[in-house]
Amino acid sequence: MSHTDVPLVQPAKSGGDERLLHRSLARRLMSRPELGSVVGAAAVFIFFSIIAEPFLQASSLSTVLYASSTIGIMAVPVALLMIGGEFDLSAGVMVVSSALISSMFSYQMTANTWVGVGVSLLVTVAIGAFNGVLLTRTKLPSFIITLGTFFMLTGLNLGFTKLISGTVSTKSIADMEGFDSARTLFASHLTLGSVDIQVTILWWIVLVALATWILLRTRVGNWIFAVGGNADAARAVGVPVTRTKIGLYMGVAFAAWVSGQHLLFSYDAIQSGDGVGNEFLYIIAAAVGGCLMTGGFGSAIGAAVGAFIFGMASKGIVYAQWNPDWYKFFLGAMLLLATLLNAWVRKRAEAKA
Amino acid sequence: MNGVRTASPFTARSVTLRTAAALLASAALVALAGGCSAAGGQDAEGKSGGSGKGAATPRMTIGMVSHSGDGDTFWDIVQNGAEQAAAKDNVKFLYAHDKEGAQQAELIQSYIDQKVDGLIVTLAKPQAVKAAVRKAVAQGIPVITINSGGEFSQAYGALTHIGQDESVAGRAVGDELNARHAKKTLCVIHEQGNVSLEDRCAGVRKAFHGTVENLNVDGTNAPSSQSSVEAKLQSDKSIDAIVTLGAPMAAISVKAKEEAGSSAQIATFDLNSAVVKLLKAKDITFAVDQQPYLQGYEAVDLLWLHKANADVLGGGKPVLTGPALVTQQDVPKLTEYTGRGTR
Repeated sequence: MSHTDVPLVQPAKSGGDERLLHRSLARRLMSRPELGSVVGAAAVFIFFSIIAEPFLQASSLSTVLYASSTIGIMAVPVALLMIGGEFDLSAGVMVVSSALISSMFSYQMTANTWVGVGVSLLVTVAIGAFNGVLLTRTKLPSFIITLGTFFMLTGLNLGFTKLISGTVSTKSIADMEGFDSARTLFASHLTLGSVDIQVTILWWIVLVALATWILLRTRVGNWIFAVGGNADAARAVGVPVTRTKIGLYMGVAFAAWVSGQHLLFSYDAIQSGDGVGNEFLYIIAAAVGGCLMTGGFGSAIGAAVGAFIFGMASKGIVYAQWNPDWYKFFLGAMLLLATLLNAWVRKRAEAKA
Repeated sequence: MNGVRTASPFTARSVTLRTAAALLASAALVALAGGCSAAGGQDAEGKSGGSGKGAATPRMTIGMVSHSGDGDTFWDIVQNGAEQAAAKDNVKFLYAHDKEGAQQAELIQSYIDQKVDGLIVTLAKPQAVKAAVRKAVAQGIPVITINSGGEFSQAYGALTHIGQDESVAGRAVGDELNARHAKKTLCVIHEQGNVSLEDRCAGVRKAFHGTVENLNVDGTNAPSSQSSVEAKLQSDKSIDAIVTLGAPMAAISVKAKEEAGSSAQIATFDLNSAVVKLLKAKDITFAVDQQPYLQGYEAVDLLWLHKANADVLGGGKPVLTGPALVTQQDVPKLTEYTGRGTR
């Protein structure tokens, strides 16, 4: 994740002539939404490098990166959605739904696992579209809509799994055709020298790059910032608000499909009750990375850095061998400190700019 | 990459729900027509046998309230046992569960209101359900406690307790690890603050000659749990044994161990079909089963016997269903039984 090769194009936000002024590179860097989170990540990294001796080993870093990537893959579209001014509370269980659909379809139909993977993609993206359509049609807050789908998916996961498999976890599909090739795509790892790189890290990087390109280089990116900043004003100037929001929810669903297939192909059987609560990790990663809870501001790279901070803090505490009873306390404190640092840096940057 | 669809509204418009449904249907047809798997899947499953006829005693109703969360394999097996006994004993079996103690008390109350003929409860949060259990006993409903809280069972007026003493089970694991020459054990707690999980680790610590360290992980998030165990193994290379307290966590720890390049042996509490496979592959050295099927089956059967013949089992002491130690030798039988959800 290099931060220097990012196109430094400012999204067209509130107008005025100041955007025509030439600003120095340092100034422009300072006003990037991810700057504060990068400083926060550096602080957490240095802290654990000093405190926890095994933290700097290559193998440890690959573990931390893996943990970050499993959150980060979801945090990217969730950040885009938050920039667009909405939440998705169903994202956590949707990952498990996607894995369950794929697993049970392949198993029950005795089909090649790729067929299940394909069906799962269609159904999961349809669930995302359902969220978006319901939101734009009813005009209810996304909190309520996706809370509804969150509970419904939790129930469907359990109900269907029990109905179809007879138990609450799916049967192993490890011996079925297509499993090995699907595992290569979703759950393999490459060895570079002595370092083990999980394929989820590559997915993560690709998704961050894609999301950053969309946000900063395309018209759709401008639409996302516009609908999150002020949906009515955006509509007035001709931004297709409805389609943008539905698209954002389908984006979350697509990432849920990627994460779900990773779960399935790395553990080959799925617990139907899993995933509850993970939606908050994605929102946390996006928020720690500089996305505003009110929409209109944020970046995909920031969300990635947020996920990295979360991954470093949650595993760093284990590397530091602190008393496990206090784990959650330390985790919360680390996140709070990293976010405070983020806010402080941004405030100073804004004061200077 | 299909990721373009993530944010392009033009694709969003074209892929409406209707076309998605049509694609889904055609994908299903493709699956039926050509995309079949030659190995595994449902076609490879055997058919299980049927059940016998019910008892001739009058129909009775038994309610069970547990502290299970949603989608817990373990409680699924307990429920299977209870339903099997209910079918045999001509019993109408009701089941409800909630993680929260206060909710469990309300569920118990609702069964009292329904005037059930017997109650099965778990005492994972004994103080929370104490009043409700006493009320049921006062109204003449026989109560049997299962799984957890055996030491409170008699005081609350229950007929008997059926379960495993977590401390005894922990000690059995500690002894077995001693016999297998382990020096430093990692005890993976998948639900922070759960008393019976802490008891298990404490039991291991009591019997084990080496040192035992606890690690808290987030049990409903598999990748996070795996990377935490990995991190622990990387930071302390002297760990030569891992004890997991639930079957799903065993498979996750096996992966973590491989990723971390550790040679620690893995032992687990509880069984499922994945654990049996890992036992067969020697990735897990042994498992401690508390036979959840028995806890459900015996509880229903004893309430029926109590009604039909005024029987009481245990003589005031808990009836223990575990620990039953299983190793690679037990695999052939276990494969069949875990597959159908009774072990």
